[in-house]
Amino acid sequence: MAKVDILEKYCKSCGLCIEVCPKKILEIGDKTNAKGYFTVICKDQDKCIGCALCATVCPDVAIEVYK
Amino acid sequence: MEKVFARTKGLTDVSFSFCPGCTHGTIMRLIAEVLEELDIIEETIGISPVGCAGFCQDFFSCDFVGAPHGRAQAVGIGVKRALPDKNVFTYQGDGDIAAIGTQHAIHAAARGEKITSIMVNNAIYGMTGGQMAPTTLEGMKTSTSPYGRNVSVDGLPMDFPKLIANLEGAVYVASVSVDSPKNIAQAKKAIKKAFQVQQAGLGFALVSVLSTCPTNWGLSPVDSLKWLRENMMPVYEMGELKVTEEVKSL
Repeated sequence: MAKVDILEKYCKSCGLCIEVCPKKILEIGDKTNAKGYFTVICKDQDKCIGCALCATVCPDVAIEVYK
Repeated sequence: MEKVFARTKGLTDVSFSFCPGCTHGTIMRLIAEVLEELDIIEETIGISPVGCAGFCQDFFSCDFVGAPHGRAQAVGIGVKRALPDKNVFTYQGDGDIAAIGTQHAIHAAARGEKITSIMVNNAIYGMTGGQMAPTTLEGMKTSTSPYGRNVSVDGLPMDFPKLIANLEGAVYVASVSVDSPKNIAQAKKAIKKAFQVQQAGLGFALVSVLSTCPTNWGLSPVDSLKWLRENMMPVYEMGELKVTEEVKSL
C-alpha cells in the first residue's frame, strides 16, 4: 500500500509529475493554493505504487511518498 | 507505511521563488540532499551569485554569503582560505560563471582551489529576460537574438566544463542533466562526488547541470525538458569529463 502526498503549499502546477507517473493517477485539480496555482491531485491513491518518480522530478519538492 | 521520499533537512520550509517547472529547484534539492547525506549542513557555507540562482540563500539550511555578479568563486576562495575546515560551494548560473565571472572560474580551477562549484546552464540569462549568453545554442532564438544566434557574428556556444577540465587544478569535472529521473540520479551522484572531492582536499570540482527556463524559452515545463534533451544534450559533452586517479579511489 503506497501513498502520494502533494504538499499544496509548494505546488506550482507545472505538470512534470503528471507526465512521469507510470500509473497516470496524477492530474491538475480544481482548487488553488495561496499562490493561486491549481494544485496537482491524486485521483486514485489505491493505484499508487510508491515509485517516487513524481517526487524525483518535482522541481518544487512538493511531493512526499509513502510505501 | 514508511516515508520513502520526504523533503530534505538541507532545505528550509520556504517555497522556491522560481517559475513553474524551473529545474533550479530540482538542482537545489539534489545539493541539499547531498549535504544531508554527507552530514555537512552545519559545516557548509554556500556562495550565492546574481541572477535567478541568487535567491538560493533563502532555500538552503546552511550558511550563505552573497557575492557580486560573477565573483562567487573569488568570495568562496576567501571563505575557504579563512575557514579551511568549512565546506564551501558556489551555486551559479551560466551567465554568472561562464560570462561575467569566467576569469574567476578559470583561475580558481587553474590554482586548484579546494571549493565545489555548481553551474546551472539554461543557455540564456534567465532573470533579466532571456538574453543571449555564451552558452546559447547556434540558431537559438533569444530576446537579443530574435532571428537565432548567428555564429558568424555571435560566435559558437561555449562548453564551459570542457574548458575547465583542461586545467590541471580541476580534479573533478562533470556535465549532467536533470531532464529525467535517471539523469537526476546521475546528477546527484556527480554532485555528491564534487563535495567528497572537497572533503578529501583534492582540488577544484565543477558540476555543470543542464537546466530549463520554460518562461524565457516560451515552452511548457514538459516541452522544455524535451527541448533540453533534443537540443542541448547533443551539443554539450555529457558525463564525467575529468576524474583524476585520486578522485576515482574516493
